[in-house]
Amino acid sequence: MSMNSQGRPTVAATAATSAIPDTFTGNRALQIEEALLFEVGRHDVTGVDLDEPADFAPRLGKLARKLPIDLPGLSEPETMRHYVRLSQKNYSIDSGLYPLGSCTMKHNPRLNERMARLPGIGDVHPLQPLSTVKGAVELMTELSRWLIEMTGMTSVALSPKAGAHGELCGMMAIKAAIAAKGETRNIVLVPESAHGTNPATAALIGFKVVTVPARPDGTVDVAAVKALLSPDVAAIMLTNPNTCGLFERDVVEIAAAIHAAGAYFYCDGANFNAIVGKAKVGELGVDAMHINLHKTFSTPHGGGGPGAGPVVLSARLAAFAPLPFIRIEADGPVLVETEEALRPGETPFGRMTAFHGQMGMFVRALSYMLSHGSDGLQQASEDAVLNANYVRAGLRDLMSQPSGDRTCMHEVLFDDTFLEGTGVTTLDFAKAMIDEGYHPMTMYFPLVVHGAMLIEPTESESKASLDLFIATLRDLVMKAKAGELERFQQAPRFAPRRRLDETRAARSPKLKWEKPEPWVEAAAAE
Amino acid sequence: MRYLPHSDTDRQAMLAQIGVGSIDDLFADIPRDLRVHGLDLPKAAGEMSVERTLGRLSAQNVAASSVPFFVGAGAYKHHVPATVDHLIQRSEFLTSYTPYQPEITQGTLQVLFEFQTQIAHLTGMEVANASMYDGSTATVEAVLMAHRLTKRNKAVLSGGLHPHYRAVVESLSPMAGDTVTSLPADPRGTEDILAAIDATTSCVVVQSPSVYGHLIDLAPIAAKAHEVGALLIAVFTEVVSLGLIEPPGAQGADIVVGEGQSIGNALSFGGPYVGLFATRQKFVRQMPGRLCGETVDAEGRRGFVLTLSTREQHIRRDKATSNICTNSGLCALAFTIHMTLLGETGLARLARINHANAVKLAESLSALKGVSLLNDSFFNEFTIRLPGDAADLVEKLAAKGVLAGVPVSRLEPGKSELADLLLVASTEVNTDEDRAAFVAALAEVLA
Repeated sequence: MSMNSQGRPTVAATAATSAIPDTFTGNRALQIEEALLFEVGRHDVTGVDLDEPADFAPRLGKLARKLPIDLPGLSEPETMRHYVRLSQKNYSIDSGLYPLGSCTMKHNPRLNERMARLPGIGDVHPLQPLSTVKGAVELMTELSRWLIEMTGMTSVALSPKAGAHGELCGMMAIKAAIAAKGETRNIVLVPESAHGTNPATAALIGFKVVTVPARPDGTVDVAAVKALLSPDVAAIMLTNPNTCGLFERDVVEIAAAIHAAGAYFYCDGANFNAIVGKAKVGELGVDAMHINLHKTFSTPHGGGGPGAGPVVLSARLAAFAPLPFIRIEADGPVLVETEEALRPGETPFGRMTAFHGQMGMFVRALSYMLSHGSDGLQQASEDAVLNANYVRAGLRDLMSQPSGDRTCMHEVLFDDTFLEGTGVTTLDFAKAMIDEGYHPMTMYFPLVVHGAMLIEPTESESKASLDLFIATLRDLVMKAKAGELERFQQAPRFAPRRRLDETRAARSPKLKWEKPEPWVEAAAAE
Repeated sequence: MRYLPHSDTDRQAMLAQIGVGSIDDLFADIPRDLRVHGLDLPKAAGEMSVERTLGRLSAQNVAASSVPFFVGAGAYKHHVPATVDHLIQRSEFLTSYTPYQPEITQGTLQVLFEFQTQIAHLTGMEVANASMYDGSTATVEAVLMAHRLTKRNKAVLSGGLHPHYRAVVESLSPMAGDTVTSLPADPRGTEDILAAIDATTSCVVVQSPSVYGHLIDLAPIAAKAHEVGALLIAVFTEVVSLGLIEPPGAQGADIVVGEGQSIGNALSFGGPYVGLFATRQKFVRQMPGRLCGETVDAEGRRGFVLTLSTREQHIRRDKATSNICTNSGLCALAFTIHMTLLGETGLARLARINHANAVKLAESLSALKGVSLLNDSFFNEFTIRLPGDAADLVEKLAAKGVLAGVPVSRLEPGKSELADLLLVASTEVNTDEDRAAFVAALAEVLA
């Protein structure tokens, strides 16, 4: 999850001059400065050998390109070095603990990468004759079977491309179901601890968002939900386990109240990884839930995607699943792509995307599921919860928890009370973690907690790894309390960059490379 | 289980440290009667077993590289250099999150800045974002953006727009309270879209090359749209075409969206792909999606950050420009690397090869008795009329080991006047032998 303005300082401290003398190159040993492609590439260089076609009569009419494109190229060795050097400026789960709460940065098995590159998976076209892609349809069917069994739901819509797209799919199904009943409900209840995607999704399709207040411990107040129910309420969007890392104990009561009011229960499945094999959302009364395959089932985050967000649906919503979907027939699964192919009772609300969804992610997720099996999936949930509680136990005497020390699920939430009087902010604390070799936790989210720090270690971390992480955070807390302000305010000191001026970036946005003015180039050459 | 580091001894020690007797104590918040005890699914499997299972499924499919292959209509078989696949599998790119901590994600951020610049240059636009899910979702986001900018809510969709893109827009728009006017399918590329534009139009959505392959002159459409205060959204599904044809930005487009799969990305049965999104600088604050911007660090060194996030859902919640969060970072990386390898010289040549191959194939196919070409202009994909049902013929050709294209009926079912039309794409991967095999097989099945 990202940062937000809740308790977050808006002005960055200026750095003291570095004690490290500059090198000629600006490089710092393995930290090598790398210019932009547009500064090192040349227009007449290419890293791909292609033969010029023989003369032919073009069929471009009057639309042949007249303008140059301005796309510099690099040879293959230059390309390799350019992007390898850039890669070395990134933190990654393969190099260290990545405790971003709500983001689930777990190990990405390379078997899954190999499976995604099988020729019959990676090299098949979405519009080949269906007779030539039977294995692809069977793979989607098998993935569906696993998702349905794990959630206890009726069906699954596979095509959404990411979590937020899955939310949109689920809410569109709800909107279609309401319309099919001849109703016009326009209010969606969203707890204040929700991910920003929830209210954004509801608003996108014309719902009015009404915020549900949280109880002091961050869970949803059942009485508050009941008080807000009316014939205008279409749905509630609830994250469970919630963004404070707590299981919503009253979820069944909330679901019953929602259903009694004629509304639907959308569950944000971002935190499904805590309860796989432990509870089935279908039995909790959920009507729709997206599953982030890139969180729970470990498809790589890739620096911001691609994700995949299949949506499991209850019997009340199954008929509204968008095209395409898989129908199980006597002689095997069938991919239903068009309205012409529908049978009675199938009333899709439309289509979410051009093709069938993120097949490349489906195969990775299925590979992960097959590897774990039912026993391993349950163990993974248990270890994820064990690890979060172990971190909690290791820090509970030094760091403050917003609702006191209590058992959490897969992530543990701290607030900034323990930093009171030190002059160190949550942001400073996070940046100091960078110098210690860690990616920071999620900061300033959820919004219901001041200076929030949400830590999700995942099941991938060993006890030794967690012990060192805990010891590091304990040391930082002690240093903050001892008044070592500069250590925090100057952090990070050892990263490829010091703190970046985000205000400047937003005030006069520079969103692409621009050729410098000639006088600038001349001055630089001197 | 090989992915889980703890031994049972570790687990016991950790439970003791936490101060609970068993793992169940940590799940105490889940009501007892709702706890699951075992899933009806297979047990854990080793690497070899998983490879066998998925290998068996893979083997049931016909891979594009294994046959003469001419299927397009929004996704294209291109050669991706080996360097691309190596680089995108580097741990630091593959297993990194969205770059929220810029000090330790300059790699991803600089790539996104390069990507945005490449897209802006290719499309002839001023700014581009850091990617969308795919071309179809980029298109619906562009329509929503146009509605915000014009404060109108009627989109006019060309009959040359990919029918699935049209369906995505038509699915969302009524739910958002907006109106869509979709023109009839335009297999000949002759529709009069100007007549559909009026003072209530928010935006006109035109694909070029169209789904039927025609190159569309966007300038008169832009002029008419601007005359009535509407915006032109230009769409493409084959980004390689921009190496050879006038960019939409030079033809007056206000928003340009498209599918970037062709560069750097595998077919993967439809995803993951990479949506491209570019517009004018003055519209940037209404753009959806992530934007990477240049700034300096505390020592004055150039660096990059995600910026203008006050547009986004995590700040603005129900007032955000879009609900998008995760996008297509790794696919954008693959695009950027492949485009860097090509450079201007390589892209232009690649585009010429594609065009030349398609021209040769169109000439050979239309020379067959009963087969006619519907296009005056095209890039690497065109429409032919066959003497019979195109879907049937495609199945017959598949049985002969040629994947011949996409029958229009697959995209526009139930329209008998389109049933004999076939979309055929030819790229650099096709050899003379591939084309000869296609022509010979079609001649046989028509005989």
